[in-house]
Amino acid sequence: MPLLTFNDNGIYCERADVYIDPWKPVDRALITHGHADHSRWGNKHYLCTRAAAPVIRYRLGDIKLETVEFGEVRTINGVKFSFHPAGHIIGSAQIRVEYQGEIWVASGDYKLEDDGLSEAYEPVRCQHFITESTFGLPVYRWTPQEEVMADINDWWRQTASEGRTAILTGYALGKAQRLLDGLDTSIGKIYTHGAIENTNEVLRKQGVKLPPTTRVTREINKKDYPGNIVVATPGAIGQPWVKKFGNASIGAASGWMTLRGARRRRGADRGFVLSDHCDWPSLLEAIDLTGADNVYVTHGYTAIFSKYLREQGLNAVELHTEYEGELAEIETKGNEETEKENAAADAE
Amino acid sequence: MKNFAEMFRRLDRTTKINAKVDALADYFLQVDDEDKLWTVALLSHRRPRRTVNSKLLRAWASEMSGIDTWILEESYHVVGDLAETIALVLPPPEHDYDHTLTHWIDYIQEFAKYDEEGKKEAVQEAWNGLDTTERYLFNKLITGSFRVGVSQKLMTRALSRATGIEETNLAHRLMGNWTPNDTTFEDLIHSESATDDISRPYPFYLAYQLEQPAADLGDPADWQAEHKWDGIRGQVIVRDDEVFVWSRGEELVNDKYPEYHILASAIPNGTVIDGEILPFKDGQPLGFNVLQTRIGRKTVSKKLLKDAPVILMCYDLLEYEGRDVRKLPLSGRRELLERIMEEHDTGGVLQLSPVFAFDNWDDLAAERETAREKFSEGIMLKRIDSAYKQGRKKGDWWKWKVDPLTIDAVMMYAQRGHGRRANLYTDFTFGVWDGDQLVPFTKAYSGLTDKEFNKITAWVRRNTVDRFGPVRSVKPKQVFEIGFEGIRKSTRHKSGVALRFPRMLRWRQDKPVDEANTKADLDALLETYGG
Repeated sequence: MPLLTFNDNGIYCERADVYIDPWKPVDRALITHGHADHSRWGNKHYLCTRAAAPVIRYRLGDIKLETVEFGEVRTINGVKFSFHPAGHIIGSAQIRVEYQGEIWVASGDYKLEDDGLSEAYEPVRCQHFITESTFGLPVYRWTPQEEVMADINDWWRQTASEGRTAILTGYALGKAQRLLDGLDTSIGKIYTHGAIENTNEVLRKQGVKLPPTTRVTREINKKDYPGNIVVATPGAIGQPWVKKFGNASIGAASGWMTLRGARRRRGADRGFVLSDHCDWPSLLEAIDLTGADNVYVTHGYTAIFSKYLREQGLNAVELHTEYEGELAEIETKGNEETEKENAAADAE
Repeated sequence: MKNFAEMFRRLDRTTKINAKVDALADYFLQVDDEDKLWTVALLSHRRPRRTVNSKLLRAWASEMSGIDTWILEESYHVVGDLAETIALVLPPPEHDYDHTLTHWIDYIQEFAKYDEEGKKEAVQEAWNGLDTTERYLFNKLITGSFRVGVSQKLMTRALSRATGIEETNLAHRLMGNWTPNDTTFEDLIHSESATDDISRPYPFYLAYQLEQPAADLGDPADWQAEHKWDGIRGQVIVRDDEVFVWSRGEELVNDKYPEYHILASAIPNGTVIDGEILPFKDGQPLGFNVLQTRIGRKTVSKKLLKDAPVILMCYDLLEYEGRDVRKLPLSGRRELLERIMEEHDTGGVLQLSPVFAFDNWDDLAAERETAREKFSEGIMLKRIDSAYKQGRKKGDWWKWKVDPLTIDAVMMYAQRGHGRRANLYTDFTFGVWDGDQLVPFTKAYSGLTDKEFNKITAWVRRNTVDRFGPVRSVKPKQVFEIGFEGIRKSTRHKSGVALRFPRMLRWRQDKPVDEANTKADLDALLETYGG
């Protein structure tokens, strides 16, 4: 019996009777990070890092949640669990599981580049590595964050010089804060979509330093926007909500912006390639750094990526999970849901 | 190439017409005449001769990037564009080459002289000195035409702004049988007479589909109504005792249709007629499937000429006695056209498209209903006092097509699309019920909104039953109304039928899957319309 197995509820450790990022309600859940596909509602007990906890509490409300520090070891029925930085978003962790010399790492979502905001990724040696493959194709290669942010700031400067508003999209937890952190505030003022500002408030309270931002509300005079930047969720684009910004230029920051088809489909004027996931070279590097012989490939291009790993001599298996990674971002939400989100954002 | 790449990036970033014209006009002002000429050529589908096939490109890209061809192929299915896939998987360039567009095109045309090894070296050398966008464009120059969302009309407008030459004049100059290898920008654009090249056609005037009720067009007396013929749009030019036949795609098709050769002597020089290339026998048009036996054949056998003879169904006159008559009202042009037809015997090669007399819209609507039986697609409505314009314009000309045939079908397979639909499931195979089995009978790619494609993509991902390479079979749950223009027997398709222009009219989320149409329904349509 392997230490971790995969069943209909999620990734399971039978010896300790706990799940990692379960997608169906269970008694005890170890959570890698606060994105909705990894921390779901309905579990009886939650365990996550101290840095990830406030957002999870904010999202899931009154839950029984315990926290650990990065590197701290919890032993449950002889099985040692510890959380290690995954570099994906603030508080995100890879979960290391050890019992009688057998070591597994469930990495959740992760990236190797240090974004200056999330705790930087640390490789963890193991025999069994569970990895995502959101961008597991050789066409995905990122440029350094510094260069991408310079492009974004150039675009904002250009848009401002034309007397227009720049609207930059990224999902509300993680990408949005990374963008805020890299914006050049000497160009103008930063406005935020309500869903993003709600997350900002939670993060600021736990000590995360973000530049000053102003929530977009009905009370703001429309003439105040031109020259400035609005950071919004991808779902807000194409909705009546964006009309108030008048003649705006829309920029989308996502790994998917690598592809011309995705850029054109998004209806964005500019696509910036910036992802909180690994690109192809860093997925391979990460797997190499773990020293694992057994790799379990979850969400993304699972079939292709695991076949590739097998060709490299690894014992790689494709897993069917309900994680979505950045895929959730390209599949447009139902209109209703987005409209509700916008209405809520406006009302606040 | 750097200017060209920057122009391309600007075009690619915007969907706004004015921004595109700005990007192109700025570019035309920056580059020399050679690059202007090639750019005009590329944007009007005149590409350099293909010297390398895509299989070789794949192999060389695979070698240079150290990635197996199978994973390159999988990537291609996701990206939806081979040129782009290769540009993305190659390692970062070691050099930065700065040459003109014309330099790179000459470089590519030289490949014809090299052996395979030489071609490989030249291609990999270029890849190693170009950035991602430039590589993409370089690959596009090798593999095929660009689709950058720039119509010829838009390109002409930008060029007009950059050169100061009037747009309609320019549009006419850019027509016809030229390539950058046999002319110069100066000769093409600035030569004095538009008839320098005796084969040069006029731009076609195209109609939009009528969306409003026909009665809203006003007094029937202001309108001319005729069949919308189901052939290929063609322009026949007789000048200097020669005949030239152009199809709408600006392709010279003289050799394909020798029937028209007698016109060189049968009608006067300085005559240009707009009409429909139509298979026609014993006073009757034949179906489009008969014409299909002629399309794509360069040499025509005697038997084929006998079985599928074509005529020109004439409906407009653009040049009369060497004069451009496009500004005359339609009624005047028609009169001259009729005169030519009366005075000259063409042995039936020219036929006059008949005009319906009608004094109320209901009668015309009834006529339209019978169109399919007459191998016509519906009715063309043209304002009697309309000039012959160029390009697709609203107002004076309308096509009033008969409603499509429809069938409710069940989605069986899905495949990712290309271009801006890459990574989305947009290409579907549909089936109808034969007992409790589904029989696939058509594919369809178009007709849904972007939102619907997003939604169905998410559904396909979650309801995949099996994968066959890039194709996924899905649970038989979704019903779509499929519209099509015609149906005929086919031995190539398992279902025994082939549809013309199939597309998705509606996603019938309201319809239970067992209420989709059956094979018997399909056979009944074949019986009625398959003749």
